[in-house]
Amino acid sequence: MTCLPVSTEKRLGLAIDLDTCVGCQACVTACKGWNDQGYGVPLSDQNPYGAEPSGVFLNRVHSYAVQPIEGEAQTINFPRSCLHCEDAPCVTVCPTGASYKRSEDGIVLVNEDACIGCGLCAWACPYGAREMDAEAGVMKKCTLCVDRIYNENLPEEDREPACVRGCPTGARHFGDFADPDSKVSRLSAERSGYALMPDLGTKPVNRYLPPRKKDVRQDASILAPLLDIKASGFAGWLDRVLGKI
Amino acid sequence: MHPAPSVIVFSVLSGAGFGLLFFLGLGFVHPSGLVAFLWWGLGYGLAVIGLLASTFHLGNPKRAWRAFTQWQTSWLSREAWASVAALVLLAPMALSDWLDLGLPRPFGWLGAALALVTVFTTSMIYAQIKAVPRWHHWLTPVMFLSFALAGGAVLAGQSFAAVLLSALAAVLLAIWQVGDGQFARRAQTLGTATGLDRIGEVTVFEQAHTAGNYLLREMIFVVGRKHAQKLRAIALALAAVIPAALLVISGEVWTFALAAICHLIGALTARWLFFAQAEHVVGLFYGKR
Ligand code: SF4
Ligand code: SF4
Ligand code: SF4
Repeated sequence: MTCLPVSTEKRLGLAIDLDTCVGCQACVTACKGWNDQGYGVPLSDQNPYGAEPSGVFLNRVHSYAVQPIEGEAQTINFPRSCLHCEDAPCVTVCPTGASYKRSEDGIVLVNEDACIGCGLCAWACPYGAREMDAEAGVMKKCTLCVDRIYNENLPEEDREPACVRGCPTGARHFGDFADPDSKVSRLSAERSGYALMPDLGTKPVNRYLPPRKKDVRQDASILAPLLDIKASGFAGWLDRVLGKI
Repeated sequence: MHPAPSVIVFSVLSGAGFGLLFFLGLGFVHPSGLVAFLWWGLGYGLAVIGLLASTFHLGNPKRAWRAFTQWQTSWLSREAWASVAALVLLAPMALSDWLDLGLPRPFGWLGAALALVTVFTTSMIYAQIKAVPRWHHWLTPVMFLSFALAGGAVLAGQSFAAVLLSALAAVLLAIWQVGDGQFARRAQTLGTATGLDRIGEVTVFEQAHTAGNYLLREMIFVVGRKHAQKLRAIALALAAVIPAALLVISGEVWTFALAAICHLIGALTARWLFFAQAEHVVGLFYGKR
């Protein structure tokens, strides 16, 4: 049903740390790898080895250059996947009921057996979190790895999203934002986590943790005192003689 | 936004078709016999061809029936219901005209109203999308309804069609004027979209992917915007100005036919622009609009 639940018991989502993300694309690969053989149809590629390859990914990592008013420019890597919005416009526009938000944990999913591939939900999402599968003609999106997080066949440490598990720097955190004591809630509170484009009224669950304040660059080299060594002995005599010539 | 030919053809033809059905249903013309068959047939034909064309851009057209299920939240689903209801409710009136059954005219009124409701639901599919600022305002339904009424009146051979065509011209000028400023009014930039404006000025350092993807093809369609001004002039002339002038000059059947063809070509051009010029906010993440 495309009516949104009034509230959800849990608000599962990701806290993405823009300070630690190094833009290695490991989460992109981990996501593609897991979801290619998990929930729903595989994430197809078109012309993968040709001149113009194209394919479905549920997570993309951008790189931006940010120039503060004072100080050095920074490179900020920016992962982008579904934010599992509370007021998800992608769900309400869906004519078939294929798109829905789960009342138990707030995960936004597509029932691919009911999807007609009209693409309207992808239009409605402001964050580009949905991509149509050109092979199967159905809409694909981040499932929050619903087939991992509750999967008792996996060892306990693997019961988190593939992108979180695969991140080598621990820049992606998974948890319940409805619980104020959860890791993601505390991280978000401590680090002033923010939602993307809140003025569009989508109420995203995911939070982005802004990069920490950078140190001020010291203009004098920290090696400067070392360069000022007074030579002594034979080297000192040579230095003095040569200086006089 | 990518101007998919099927969607452009669908919305223009079904809009004109439902416009004609509106005037036939209200009884602005009282055709009978073969003329009634052809006239109503034209209305039904345009509306149905349009609706069929709209299924061509679906990834899974065989499941299209499911689009009837979510009328509570989805404008696309409401459109499905409204169109079928209009076509069914107008059928007795069409039969009565064709076979001279003498059904009282009010029988057609509800169907006529639903024909306009259908056009309105179509327009709301676009107008509801906040992520496309150019579409997300009240002039979008006004524009769709103006096209349906003007096109319908021309096809119904009404003398006041010239007035509706002039109104359409005004609406087109207004929606272009307002639309051009919509994205700026939303005040979204790469900085606000990423939230990184809290640190400084944001530019794209490296794209997220080197190859194309669905988002770039479907939502970040930038080709063809270059000739927008020329195409607007062509659309305005063909959809409204020339047909209106033709109808002022003469009220013959052939002028109406010529005006209708001219109007439809202009409407297709305007609808192409409606998509091609629309910018989705997701383009910001790619440093594009
Ligand atoms: S990020 Fe997009 S796809 Fe995900 S819930 Fe929000 S609107 Fe829907
Ligand atoms: S593409 Fe599928 S999930 Fe998206 S709105 Fe259409 S039917 Fe619903
Ligand atoms: S939670 Fe799972 S599906 Fe979503 S981006 Fe991460 S790996 Fe992909």
